[in-house]
Parts: sequence; structure tokens; C-alpha cells
Amino acid sequence: MRFELKGLKCGYSNQAVLKGISFTMEPGEVLCVLGPNGTGKTTLFKTILGLIKPLEGEILFNGENSIHWPRSKMAQMIGYIPQAHNTSFPFGVMDMILMGRTAHLGNFSSPTKKDRRIAEQAIDTLDISYLANRIFTELSGGEKQLVLIARALAQEPKILVMDEPTSALDFGNQLKVLSQVRQLAHQGLTIIMASHVPDHAFFYATKVMLLSQGGLFGLGKANEIITEEKLRELYGVNVKIIQTGIKSDYDDDSELRMCVPLQNKKGWGLK
Amino acid sequence: MKNNNENRNGLAESQTERNLRKVYFVVILLPILAFIFSFPLGRYPISIPDLLSALAGKIVPFVHGPEGVINTVIFQVRLPRIIAAMLVGAALSIAGAAYQGMFKNPLVSPDILGASSGAGLGAALAIFFSLNVVGIQVSAFVFSLLAVIAVYFLSNKIKRDPTLALVLTGILVGTLCSSFTSLLKYMADPYDKLPAITFWLMGSLATVSPKNVISSFVIMLAGGVPLYLLRWRLNVLSLGEEEGKTLGLETGKLRLAVIICASLLTAGAVSISGLIGWVGLIVPHLARMLVGPNYKVLLPVSIAIGSVYMLLVDDLARCLTSAEIPLGILTSIIGAPFFFAILLRGKKGLV
Repeated sequence: MRFELKGLKCGYSNQAVLKGISFTMEPGEVLCVLGPNGTGKTTLFKTILGLIKPLEGEILFNGENSIHWPRSKMAQMIGYIPQAHNTSFPFGVMDMILMGRTAHLGNFSSPTKKDRRIAEQAIDTLDISYLANRIFTELSGGEKQLVLIARALAQEPKILVMDEPTSALDFGNQLKVLSQVRQLAHQGLTIIMASHVPDHAFFYATKVMLLSQGGLFGLGKANEIITEEKLRELYGVNVKIIQTGIKSDYDDDSELRMCVPLQNKKGWGLK
Repeated sequence: MKNNNENRNGLAESQTERNLRKVYFVVILLPILAFIFSFPLGRYPISIPDLLSALAGKIVPFVHGPEGVINTVIFQVRLPRIIAAMLVGAALSIAGAAYQGMFKNPLVSPDILGASSGAGLGAALAIFFSLNVVGIQVSAFVFSLLAVIAVYFLSNKIKRDPTLALVLTGILVGTLCSSFTSLLKYMADPYDKLPAITFWLMGSLATVSPKNVISSFVIMLAGGVPLYLLRWRLNVLSLGEEEGKTLGLETGKLRLAVIICASLLTAGAVSISGLIGWVGLIVPHLARMLVGPNYKVLLPVSIAIGSVYMLLVDDLARCLTSAEIPLGILTSIIGAPFFFAILLRGKKGLV
């Protein structure tokens, strides 16, 4: 499934937040969107998900414009993983994951045995069977995030959109969630995620999009796009990008890179 | 891994089974018990054997039940009233459960969109213009729906979060309706119509007849059956507007469907019972504590608990004193402390 944005301009009531966004994603690709708060990451995602209408431009799935699709068709194509949150009601984890099947059900039907099997598969994929009988609202942030990912998998979309999937998680859960993301990409899903950590882009992304207050700031491979100068311009901090000596399994033959904040007289990493 | 799998499935099943047994018990047994228990209560004593033979006389061919007053009391007075109480309780509870999910807020009750205040205004108008019982019922029903329709169209004009817009316009229209009701009370004849309006607003089932029970039952079915069919989508809707949409829900259409159904249920109930608060707020809570928030079981259990609760309250209203106590007064006197107890006991998220 080829996913394509063509000259997309998005924002609210004719106030454009972003414009001129164009890119193409093939199955298995991971796009990481980096940018300071308020640069339009969420607006971009909402537009891609069809929650707000694009002001200009097209969103194409295999060349087909999605603008007039019904919600169920959209949801079969693209799944959304929100940040871990509390629901108002204490749904069981299994029910929560089964809700991912909604797009495949008729208006008046409830999940069947087949849907239950698909939900159980999603649980197995993420290896979270120990959560299956728990109550969603009683889980920790990391566990909730895993359940929400399982729900998105049960939805069986071709594209996954994740809004800062790791922002509420501890170190271990961050890595677990992100390696799941990479696993899913290996299985042929296209993944679009927002992040605040450039390292995530180095580790997990095949493509990186940088957003600044002025709009699109860069788009391309992580190693080419994320540079010390760009990060300084974007976030107003001094960092050094170092080669870790660990071979990246994505990119041809390059090494994995990491950002290290630089100390100067005024303080860590500040300009 | 495989072992782990079996273990999980085993656990999941035993838990649902246990839950289901609890559900069946509540759904089937309690309403039947309350139904039978309520017949003998009241001014005219009816013994259990009389009751059984009268019921048998109606149902089983060639068996003749007792004749005369007993028959009239059972079939013309008590039966319609018992059924009306159960219907009103069930309808308000389903409507409350549906709205609580739709508004993502467990503190919402069926009158949030002005259905009750609209019904109150309709009834007050009908009494003011000296219409008969049927006129009052029809007018209450129509104004109840009109109030909700007004809320829906006004809220569509507000370009904000649609559920918030609904709540705000609901308050607005509700307040307007009660102001006009107060105006009518102020202008009404203080010896005749003012008390009639006041008593109607406090709620009572004293005037129900077999006819108006049947008509409101049909209306309640028209609202209740689609809601039950939509039960899975109600779960998803309770996650919120955007999440629901990304899971494939046409939230706008579904919200409209829920509003129509819940309004039919509420209007059908209050048009025969008058204003009765608290039932639609408390019962879904109680049901959720018993079986969790999944509408698949929440709706039937709400029906069961709601019908039993309303019936028992109406029994109290009939029998506690020599004069009837208005229902709305009893539901809030019983409901308020009961609700507080639930809040004290409830786990976070459950209430």
C-alpha cells in the first residue's frame, strides 16, 4: 500500500499551520516527525487521519483520494495510537482491544469469535497475554500504551499513526514499544510517528520530517537530515551527534548515531 | 507459550461465565420476584392464592379466576401500574446508561438534553388549557421531544466540541422550559390547576390506565431496541469523539441515533409518570459496578435493576402512608444517600 501526501496544506478554519507537505511512503517504512511544541505535528496527524479536512492538497492511498471515504473504510486503512490516557469507564483490556474491530463490523453487530481470535493474535504479537484479564484504567502508562497498540493491530490497518507513543513511558517501556514499532514495520506496516527525541529517529526511522515554526524544515533520511546545525536552529540547543560504533541494521553500512548535549559556560546544551 | 495461551483462555472464560451467571440472576429473577411481591401490596388486600388463580384464569384456558372486585383491582389497577413502574424505571435507566457513555461522563442523567423540562412544560400547558389525561400525556411527550430537537439544532450552531455544545444548550433549553413552566404556575388558577401542575411535576403513576401503558410501551420499544442493537458502538463512542472516529465510527450519525432513542425512552416514560429524577443516574452506576461498562451486559442489567428499583419505590409511594407520596420526592430521598454510598464504595473509574 503506497501512501502519498501531495501539496498538503493543513490547519484550522483557513489558518494554515503547515503547507506544501508532500511525501510518499512504501510498506515497511517508518516516518519520524520531529519538531518543537506547537509546530503542527498533531495537526498534520489529524489531517492524515481525516479528523480535520485538508485546506489544500491530497491524501492518497494507492493513488485514491481519501477525502470522501466513510470512517469505517478509513479505519481499515489507517490506525491511530493515541497517547496513553484514561477512559471514563473501566473497560476490560480484552474489550478495549476488541474495539479495534469496530471498523470491520456492521452497524448493529458485536465482535464475533473471529474478531476475538484476531484480538488474541494482537495480544500474542505484543506478548501481553498477562494483561488480557486486567482492567484498562488500572494499568500503568506503559501497559496502557501496549494495549492501545494491540487495539490498533486488531484493527488490521495498513498504516499506523502514533502521536508521541513513548512520551509517558519509562526507559524500559520506551524501548519495548519502539522495538515493537520496528517489528511491525518489518511485517509490512507503514508507520508514522511523532517524537521529541532525535535518537528515536536515528534508531527506528527510515525517513525523518523536521517541522519548525515556519513549517516544513527538512525531509529525508535521518543521517542526512538530523544535523547538529539543524537541531540548534530547531530547538535552540547545542548537541553533538556521535557515531556509536554500532552498525545500523536499516541503512546500508552506516553506524548508529546519537545526540549528546554539549556543555558550555552557561549550562548544558543551551545556546 | 501454548500453555500460557490455554491458561489465559481458561481464565477469560471462567471470568465471563461467572459474570454471566450473575447477570442472568439479576436480569431474570429479580424483576419476577418484585413483580409478584408487588401485587398483594396496597389498600385492597389480595392473597397470593387469589392472585395466582386470577393470573391463571387469564392465561390458562378453561380455568376461571375469581370474579368481581378482585379481578378489577388486579387487572385494571395494579397490573397496569406495576407494568408502568417497571417500564418507566427501565426506560430511564437505559436512556441514562446511553447518555453517560455518549457524554463520557458517569454523572449524566436522561434529562441532560432538556427532555424532562420539556415534558414538564408540555404537561403544564395541557393542564393550564384544561386538557384531559390523554391530552396531558401527549403534550408532555411532544414538548419533551421538541425540547431535545431544539437542543440538537442549537448545538449544531456552536463550533466547538459537539458533546460540550450539547450539554451547554441542554442547560439553556432546560432552564427556559422550567422558566415557562414557572410562569404558567404563576398564572394558573391556584385552587385547581396550580396543584395539578405541581403534582404532575413531582411524578406519580396514580393515573395510569392499560391504554396509556401500552402506548408508552410501544414508544419505549422504538427507542430501546435500536439502542440495544447499537450496544457495541456505544462502547466505542464512550472513548470520545476523535478516538471513536479513528476506530471507524461515524460519531455524528451515531450521536444523533442515541439522542433520538434516548429521547423517545425518556419522553415515553415521563409522559406517563411525570418528572422522576435520579433513577437514570443511579441505576446505570449500580449496573456498571455489578458487570462492568460493556454495554452488551450493561444495558440488560440496567433494565432489570431500573425496573425493580422503580417498582419498589412505587410500592412505597402507594403503601407508606394513607395518601400517595409523589414518586419524584421518593426517588430523590432514597436516591441521594444511596448515590453517596455508591461514591464512597466505588473504585476509581467505576462510578
